[in-house]
Amino acid sequence: MDKVKCDCGHLNPYGTIICEACGKPIQEESPEKLLNMRYEGTARRSQTYNTNVVDKIWNFFSSVKVGVWLIVITLIASAIGTIFPQQMYIPPTANPAAYYEKEYGMLGEIYYILGFHNLYSSWWFVLLLGLIGVSITVASIDRGVPLFRSLRNQRVAKHDNFLKKQRMFAVSKRPEDEEQFMEEILFRLKEKRYRVRREDNSILAEKGRFSRWGPYVNHVGLIIFLLGSMLRIVPGLYLDEDMWIREGETKAIKGTDQEYYLKHDKFTFEVYDKKEERFSEALNRVQQPVPKNYQSDVTLYKADEKLPGAKPDLSEVKDYSIQVNKPLEFDGYSLYQVDYRQEMRYMHFELQNAETEEAVGSFSVDLLNPKDDFDLGDGNRVELEGYYPDFYFDKETKKPATKTNIPNNPAFIFKMFTPETPEGEVAFIGIRQNLDPSGDNQYKVAFNGIDTEFITGLTVKKDYTLPIILIGGIIFMIGVVQGLYWNHRRVWVKVKEEDVWMAAHTNKNWHGIRRELDDITVKLNMKQLVDQQEESKKA
Amino acid sequence: MAQLSSSLLYIAFFIYFTATILFVVSLTVKEKDGTKSNKWGKWGYILSIIGFICQLGYFITRWIAAGHAPVSNLFEFTTFFGMMMVFGFIIIYAIYRLNVLGVFAMPVALLVIAYASMFPREIEPLIPALQSNWLKIHVTTAALGEGILAISFVAGLIYLVATIDQSKGSKKTGWLEFVLYTLLSTLGFILVSIGFGTANYQASFEWVNESGNQAELVYHMPAIAGPHDGVQLTEGTFGPLFEAPAWMEGVDAPKKLNTFIWALFSGLILYLLLRLSLRKRLGAALKPLMKNINTQLVDEISYRSIAIGFPVFTLGALIFAMIWAQAAWTRFWGWDPKEVWALITFLFYAAYLHLRLARDWHGEKSAWLCVLGFVIIMFNLIAVNIVIVGLHSYA
Repeated sequence: MDKVKCDCGHLNPYGTIICEACGKPIQEESPEKLLNMRYEGTARRSQTYNTNVVDKIWNFFSSVKVGVWLIVITLIASAIGTIFPQQMYIPPTANPAAYYEKEYGMLGEIYYILGFHNLYSSWWFVLLLGLIGVSITVASIDRGVPLFRSLRNQRVAKHDNFLKKQRMFAVSKRPEDEEQFMEEILFRLKEKRYRVRREDNSILAEKGRFSRWGPYVNHVGLIIFLLGSMLRIVPGLYLDEDMWIREGETKAIKGTDQEYYLKHDKFTFEVYDKKEERFSEALNRVQQPVPKNYQSDVTLYKADEKLPGAKPDLSEVKDYSIQVNKPLEFDGYSLYQVDYRQEMRYMHFELQNAETEEAVGSFSVDLLNPKDDFDLGDGNRVELEGYYPDFYFDKETKKPATKTNIPNNPAFIFKMFTPETPEGEVAFIGIRQNLDPSGDNQYKVAFNGIDTEFITGLTVKKDYTLPIILIGGIIFMIGVVQGLYWNHRRVWVKVKEEDVWMAAHTNKNWHGIRRELDDITVKLNMKQLVDQQEESKKA
Repeated sequence: MAQLSSSLLYIAFFIYFTATILFVVSLTVKEKDGTKSNKWGKWGYILSIIGFICQLGYFITRWIAAGHAPVSNLFEFTTFFGMMMVFGFIIIYAIYRLNVLGVFAMPVALLVIAYASMFPREIEPLIPALQSNWLKIHVTTAALGEGILAISFVAGLIYLVATIDQSKGSKKTGWLEFVLYTLLSTLGFILVSIGFGTANYQASFEWVNESGNQAELVYHMPAIAGPHDGVQLTEGTFGPLFEAPAWMEGVDAPKKLNTFIWALFSGLILYLLLRLSLRKRLGAALKPLMKNINTQLVDEISYRSIAIGFPVFTLGALIFAMIWAQAAWTRFWGWDPKEVWALITFLFYAAYLHLRLARDWHGEKSAWLCVLGFVIIMFNLIAVNIVIVGLHSYA
């Protein structure tokens, strides 16, 4: 398309509404109307072309209306996602199909059928975010590029119609001493921190132009943020693993490819003491214990180069106490305290005379790794015939069985040997159970205490997308502050043969510029600028 | 120290109240020479600042007493939010010097602070997830942002009261009455709570609670809505008129529903009393106060407080929140209800700014949006903490 040549000689891109250089309105709507200064009347692609498919798509995404609708739809969808808990927040063992109906009735069932239990990872929600990303990009390019061109090309001397059709405008009497007047008004404008340019009898005073780039800067930040959060799917950039380590145990850290090992030295769980005075009132009200600290004292090791199959040589890297809010960080990895379990580990027993309860010896069973027999000395001995770490009685086989390998409810079948009973007697021991199958045992195994052990639940994280996301966030903040805390203000002064014209424009905060310029016009004894938009409203 | 702290809060509350009265007077009194007086407004403003300093004193002394920033439960946070509203008002008033802003901003802040004190007020210890410097950074910044955004609600409300045509009833006057009624319900809730609290009212029920255990539920207000299948243990107490539906499964849901009904009910009574004594819509009764107000300026204030508050809110409620969540919960974002509602607030004000700056939504449309934005903020503060269960339920 051909460029449009303005009377002032400047070549404007096709579609320009207001000449970039002199400000003469090229496509005038009506002679009386004020100029629409939005985007400086530049030629925006979306307002200029609308013939083929590319144009239509471009115009669709560049529309603010479409953008706002996308925001509003995302907003409503997000709100719907909070009506019932998302699947990730329901008990992990629950079957979601049944859970939502059971807990929330028919509404819950509908919620589940519509897929709202995984709303935020649904294809359509992700698509919405993607569309917002496209809209932000297209709208910013459509407006930002021509705006930049226009503001760079603007001239000091503007066309009469440009001044007259600004929202703030006034005509004052021509001063007697033009030169002195120019000096004075330049001084006053500079005093208000305007950057001033003068060409003969015209002045352009401008400040805060950089705030016009705010929206584009913050949109760039948002796009970086969105792209950054998508990068997680790239292999190697993101790792999220859970691991459980017992006290005293050393384990290769998941996801580190056997490079790092962790020893769990000691676990600490503390609750607040009710005697602590300043909290006692609150602690007495809630009655339940309030947790104070979850802490895993660990040692981090690095494996040296090793031959395949050989046991790695570990060299200590550091000691650390992992607490909530204080992850252990090393080599791009973070280890978080997220959970803990307390398990029975050693059970202590006594072999006793069934009648007198006199002990003849004692022994301990390692519940994870039990020995088969225990020599108690003096010819006394106990054999472990059966061990059921998570005991239940199987009604079909009519035999004791175990649900899992975790010692949640350990039960044992012992065979007891003493010099008096060389044939051996059988006893069944479980928690709060002590059965004598034959009914005439001379000896029994009695429970004599328990040792528990902590297992800490840690999450291993590596996330190389975080810096990108953080940079996106910082750029967004800079852009928002730049755009909202500053305003782009311009004042044009033109001394004509008969009088002095003064016009002003700000991209926002009209109250502020009015106050600022009133101060100047009063000092220079000029006519106060009139808000022509308000005037026309009143009329 | 804790005693001093709560005394300072009472003093601040009283000073705010006095400031409100001065602002109201400033609208009605005219100087002898016929000009609008600024004196009353000026004193109102000075008192607001003094009240703010007192409340700051409450904040600091409570911090010393607790050993951590007092923003860790609903009482502390809501009180702080009220304080940040006052702070937001102090900033905006400094720019625009509009007395009518105080007439609405201070009572709303008073309501927020009084509402806060309906929650348990003891100093609570911090659970491990809250033991972080980000507690003070994230929460205070978020509350400051919300406080400034709340001023846009105040300005929006003033705009609506001043401009909506009250000569005959319409949808608009109806919604405006509804907004005023909501404020009255908050007041009603506070009055009813204080009333039954003073009388030490108690009614207990035996019921099966949300975790499926047999438990006792003690009501401090007469039971309009009793627990589902509950058995009354106290004799001679009122009600219940009906049972709370079984699907309400939040912690102590029937009691909260009952409180909510009392709030709506007492609000209705207050509204009807006012309406009958004034013999016109509350909006119509308030309108004459707004006679000499520059509505264009009010419109600008409603926008400006969003322009100032939005970046602060984003920084505090999203960015700082994400940094902390990364440290405490291993991920910066997890679609927890509170997080989602902060995002919704962000999206809402983002939409507002686009509509205002790129599509010229000024005046009334913009004012309604300002009101709606505050509704979202209050929803996030009240409903998400109390009704929707999530990681942020600290009270």
